[in-house]
Amino acid sequence: MESILVLTHVDESGEALTKGSLEAVTAGRELAAKLGAEMAIGIVAQHATQAATQLAGAAKRVFAVQADAFAQPRFASDAAACEALWRATQPAIVLAPHSSRFARVMAAVAYRVGGAIDTHVTAIAATAIVEATRWFYRQRVEAVVTRDKRPWFLLLDAGTHPAFAADPSSEASQPEEIAITAPLPELRTEVTGIRAPRQDAQTIRPNARLLFVAGAGWTKKQPDGQTHTDEAASLILGFLATTGASLGSSKSLVDQGGEGHSVLPFLTHLNQIGQTGATPRHSKGLSTCCHGEEPHVVGWRFIPDRRAISLDPNCGWARGKADVVYIADAFQVIGKLNELLAAKS
Amino acid sequence: MPQPLHVVVCAGIVPDPLQTLEPITTPTGPGLKNEMVLPAVLDPWAASALYEAAALAAKNPGSKLWLVSLGPKAKLQQVMMTVAQKVPFELVPIDGPIGGFPDAHSTAKVLAELIAALPGLDRTKLLLFGGWESASRGAGVTLQLIGEILGITDQFQGVDQITFREGGSFEVLERVEGGKHQVSVCLGAPAVLGWATGNLAEPRNNPQVGMSNMRTIMPALQKASSAKLDANGLRYVSVNLPKQQRTTRVEKNLTPDQIAAELAEWIGTES
Repeated sequence: MESILVLTHVDESGEALTKGSLEAVTAGRELAAKLGAEMAIGIVAQHATQAATQLAGAAKRVFAVQADAFAQPRFASDAAACEALWRATQPAIVLAPHSSRFARVMAAVAYRVGGAIDTHVTAIAATAIVEATRWFYRQRVEAVVTRDKRPWFLLLDAGTHPAFAADPSSEASQPEEIAITAPLPELRTEVTGIRAPRQDAQTIRPNARLLFVAGAGWTKKQPDGQTHTDEAASLILGFLATTGASLGSSKSLVDQGGEGHSVLPFLTHLNQIGQTGATPRHSKGLSTCCHGEEPHVVGWRFIPDRRAISLDPNCGWARGKADVVYIADAFQVIGKLNELLAAKS
Repeated sequence: MPQPLHVVVCAGIVPDPLQTLEPITTPTGPGLKNEMVLPAVLDPWAASALYEAAALAAKNPGSKLWLVSLGPKAKLQQVMMTVAQKVPFELVPIDGPIGGFPDAHSTAKVLAELIAALPGLDRTKLLLFGGWESASRGAGVTLQLIGEILGITDQFQGVDQITFREGGSFEVLERVEGGKHQVSVCLGAPAVLGWATGNLAEPRNNPQVGMSNMRTIMPALQKASSAKLDANGLRYVSVNLPKQQRTTRVEKNLTPDQIAAELAEWIGTES
């Protein structure tokens, strides 16, 4: 019989489990129910007691590796913690969120315990065998894979499962502390902080319902023969301010900054969507001044409701990539739209 | 003070992003239709790693830069005709399968053995570079596994910047959730850095660099050994293109006011 361990970690506050961790718990419970398997949960944290209260009713056993060293998301300490949790429970299948913290270490952990790993898993099915769905070629080819090898580590993409909500009628789980039996390697890395964009430039909002993508057209010459970058910046930031949308960009627009061309000052490579950028999850997406070719659109794989504003009626968006394409000047449309939204709010 | 570094960049080759991909079944497992004739490029994030590595090597005299790449020799040669003109490096090729479907663990094992055997490599000066994910398998595990096999306990993924300090320590910016960077300071090499985009633009083609590189690249390709990758228990149940065709409504005759009104209603108040 398969046995399951769900690995979780705390967020920046150090006290609450991340949303991705709670989603992995849901996935673990679903898989355990399908397989009739036992499930345990492991927590990596400096102090795990508070985090464990979020797991009331989730699993019979909750383990924790806790020490000051685990306050920092760092390869050497996190890999040792996850390895210790696996060795204490010896599960056949390990589920974990595909967070930056666990993506940094989990392949190494799988290697240390003689297992195998698959990442960016979007669905898990279990009948006679366990099958994982994941994407290849940057969301252009979808495959279902299975492995005979155990332990099998599966990192789950964010947003693929609902977050687990503790059962208020259940007693809060008391984590059983796992001692790290192997000595930690010399910790040569120290996390010194998080660098966030300036408050007024924070335009990436993972939890927004709407994604707004700015393409290279915003910085191109307009009908008067001039570029209007300042106006474009004002329109885009105005739109983001009224809608709370997250801002994405095509690669070409981001690259212009590196090449010294006129750019929108608040865009960086972190905003990049597509083949060489992010594949965010928002329920709606609005593309502006972007031609909608495949390298851009692969970043829209998980945007179900898509609209685009483009001057080109033959752009990629019009060829089955968007639900609605408006053939119009984005400067005019977004200007009017900002007025309407401002009047509504 | 400059630090002589030994930078090894692991970079695969992938189909040009503009190509249409169609999965097929081959005798050895899933593959892409006409895979061997699809135009290929150096994996984009790994290419960022190469450019950052070259900039780092240029700033630190006495450094060495290897580019380790696994792929069919003919495709490697084709891609190197362009890549070789960008920055100076020593190619270490290994002849093997192309594509994202072979198992990452087997790929990592082959590459780790190759790197461990590099003549002249000083592991105390080693910075192992690559893309944090490939544009083919996109798993983000191969580089990490290579580092683990080589016993490197300082690893960073989603790197956008590395800044060296006095004494050989360096500061790293790694991408984390929410459009932020985690800042870490590492005491120094050896370390693994899986690069995201970095901060450098693609270097212009330099024919002189190209000619210099090609003098060693062609013999290296001729001497490249072959690798067979184990499936490692990985089986594909299905491989398909997503159903992505939408019925698009193209609105050509609406005024900006009408479009704005429609969009305002579509956006609603919940976003």
